[in-house]
Amino acid sequence: MSTDAIALPGTGLASRPIVVRLHEWVTTVDHKRLGILYIIYALVFLLIAGIEAIVIRIQLIRPHNDFVSPQVFNRMFTMHGTTMIFFVVMPVLFGFANYLLPLMIGARDMAFPRLNAFSFWMTAFGGLLLYFSLVGANGLYGAGNAPDVGWFAYAPLTSQTFSLGHSTDFWILGILVSGFGSIGVAINIVSTVICMRCPGMTLAKMPLFAWLNFVMAGLVILAVSPLTAAQIMLLVDRYLGGHFFDTQAGGSAVMWMHFFWIFGHPEVYVLVLPAFAFVSEIVPVFSRKPIFGYSVMVGATVAIGFISMSVWAHHMFTVGMGANANTFFVLSTMAIAVPTGIKIFNWLATMWGGKIDFKTPMLFCIAFLFQFLVAGLTGVMLGTAPFNWHLGNSYFVVAHFHYVIVGGILFALFGAFYYWFPKMSGKMYNETLGKLHFWLFFIGFHLTFDFMHIPGLLGMPRRIYTYEPGRGWDTWNLIVTIGVFFQAAGILVFLGNFIWSYFRGESVGSDPWDAWTLEWSTNSPPPVYNFATIPEVKSRRPLWDLKHPDDPD
Amino acid sequence: MNATAITVTEHRIEWDRPDRGRVGMFSLIGAESAIFTIFVVAYLFYIGKSLTGPTPKDVLSVPVFYTICLLSSSLTIHLAAKSLRRGSVGTFGAWWFATIALGATFLYGTATEWHRLIYQEGLTISTNLFGTTYYSLVGLHGFHVIVGLLALSIVMTFFLMGKVKSEHAERVDVLSLYWHFVDAVWVVVFTVVYVLGR
Repeated sequence: MSTDAIALPGTGLASRPIVVRLHEWVTTVDHKRLGILYIIYALVFLLIAGIEAIVIRIQLIRPHNDFVSPQVFNRMFTMHGTTMIFFVVMPVLFGFANYLLPLMIGARDMAFPRLNAFSFWMTAFGGLLLYFSLVGANGLYGAGNAPDVGWFAYAPLTSQTFSLGHSTDFWILGILVSGFGSIGVAINIVSTVICMRCPGMTLAKMPLFAWLNFVMAGLVILAVSPLTAAQIMLLVDRYLGGHFFDTQAGGSAVMWMHFFWIFGHPEVYVLVLPAFAFVSEIVPVFSRKPIFGYSVMVGATVAIGFISMSVWAHHMFTVGMGANANTFFVLSTMAIAVPTGIKIFNWLATMWGGKIDFKTPMLFCIAFLFQFLVAGLTGVMLGTAPFNWHLGNSYFVVAHFHYVIVGGILFALFGAFYYWFPKMSGKMYNETLGKLHFWLFFIGFHLTFDFMHIPGLLGMPRRIYTYEPGRGWDTWNLIVTIGVFFQAAGILVFLGNFIWSYFRGESVGSDPWDAWTLEWSTNSPPPVYNFATIPEVKSRRPLWDLKHPDDPD
Repeated sequence: MNATAITVTEHRIEWDRPDRGRVGMFSLIGAESAIFTIFVVAYLFYIGKSLTGPTPKDVLSVPVFYTICLLSSSLTIHLAAKSLRRGSVGTFGAWWFATIALGATFLYGTATEWHRLIYQEGLTISTNLFGTTYYSLVGLHGFHVIVGLLALSIVMTFFLMGKVKSEHAERVDVLSLYWHFVDAVWVVVFTVVYVLGR
């Protein structure tokens, strides 16, 4: 076999002036470039939202602190939550899906490349719109700048009466616009998975990555659209004098909660399914075993997709929905733990008896397994209505969902960064720095979020600006804040590692991990056209077949 | 290993996948359905919850003629697409034009209804909950009709320039799916607003 990609004449990228190269990035419709744009965009917002988290934690480091004003504190937790969900985790996951899906299913691009570019720029401008509020939201009243209504923006706080100026409008528009981008991506992913698979890749032979992202995209279509509808209603209320969420005219504030969480809970699975996808690709390769129970994994994924649409009101137990509704949502919440538990067992069984290689991606995945399990268990606790009445809106809830999003999703995401960085850049990262990042972040994560459960159990409500000394919360808050600096150090090592490795790293071949899926069969980084000839596959591990012709899958 | 990846040359696998245009349009329709579902749920939930008048019973009259117009445009666009598949481009143009005319008539109907409600009955989007939900739901549907009409008009322009050929039948089919969806949504909106809500 030859060792080079087919070189097209006139593609000496480095020799061209920077304006030309920049223009190529702005006008690109290539799924790999858009994927990288998504990822870099998300990393920039990760830094911004991370700094907001640090501000929140410094304010809470001791009782009666006044590091920032109460108004700024409200803006910080609103912007931190909104940015992390809509402009960090979603874009970065879309970025990986964009980059990897066509490569994994043996296609040359997504089904709709121009829709893909459109979606990215919608998401990008949505984020800019949200942050433009810092300069543009003063409005006529000089009231407020950044949004300060919390990331779920309950009515009637969002009405004109209580949110003067335009800060809430920037929040609405930023999310609305990026929502159009998300729906565009989702349509693209569904169409790509159904229509662009290479010959021989039946649905049952797709990598689990493709399956999980396919279900994720279906959830985006069904879950982000209700949020879009709710945001339109809120705009009608704020600008046209409508009464959807105006209780004084017969409207209902609880309706907003329902509409928001009909989006909000499936959204958790939108974020976590791609994390499952990373783990399902990384764990087999570093255990040197095929994934255990492929079809059960697919079934569990689809089951999660369905059940996740019917659990939203467990966010609303404290509202007083009545015994029947509470019972239903407790039971559905218990039910969704079952397919999720099945997945955990499947990953464990994949590792069982395998020859485990503790490289950085695998370390992050193993940490993911245990931390996600704990997050699921506190989820089951909070999903029990009476327990929820005690702990609703406390720091226990904050600790729980950060365990899901940081301990689960972000750890899997870091694993994915280390696993696919060689493919995307053609360079190997520094393993020592990778391990340093892991341990710094691991220690920081556990200092922060393990100990955050305790003030919650002791009754500390979320979103408070400051607190009285002597309630038993002081030490815990100090520890929680100290953990944040370990995490920040970890993030800096992570970014430094990749920037250094990109310029100075050792070049790698097409398949540094001796992996089995199709993206490792083409060059690193892959050429624009991905595959010179469209591959044909006969099993779930096409590269295994190629490397072991005597013992195919 | 190289960019040629895996090539199996001995025997080509028999391979047939759905048209991406159709799958993409069905996905879009799924997303749009979710948006409409939320608006319909809000409408149903707020029926009879207005604190002041006017009520639907006082002011709404059933737009039978315009509903017939919109629903029959589904038939004409189907006939148009069918003609194009058979290769009779002229017939396609005629049916396509009829579809646009029927859609425009429906929009005219909505416009006159809104004009009457605003200027004679004094019902605006901020009058009461009924006004808020009514104008939002019917307006959202009307917006989709406008988008559909714009798309249909672009195809009509291409037709008048002589650029539409039978090989475009697949694309016209995909667009007609959207138009059918807009019509189907009207059936729901009609039922909710003019039957259940009145």
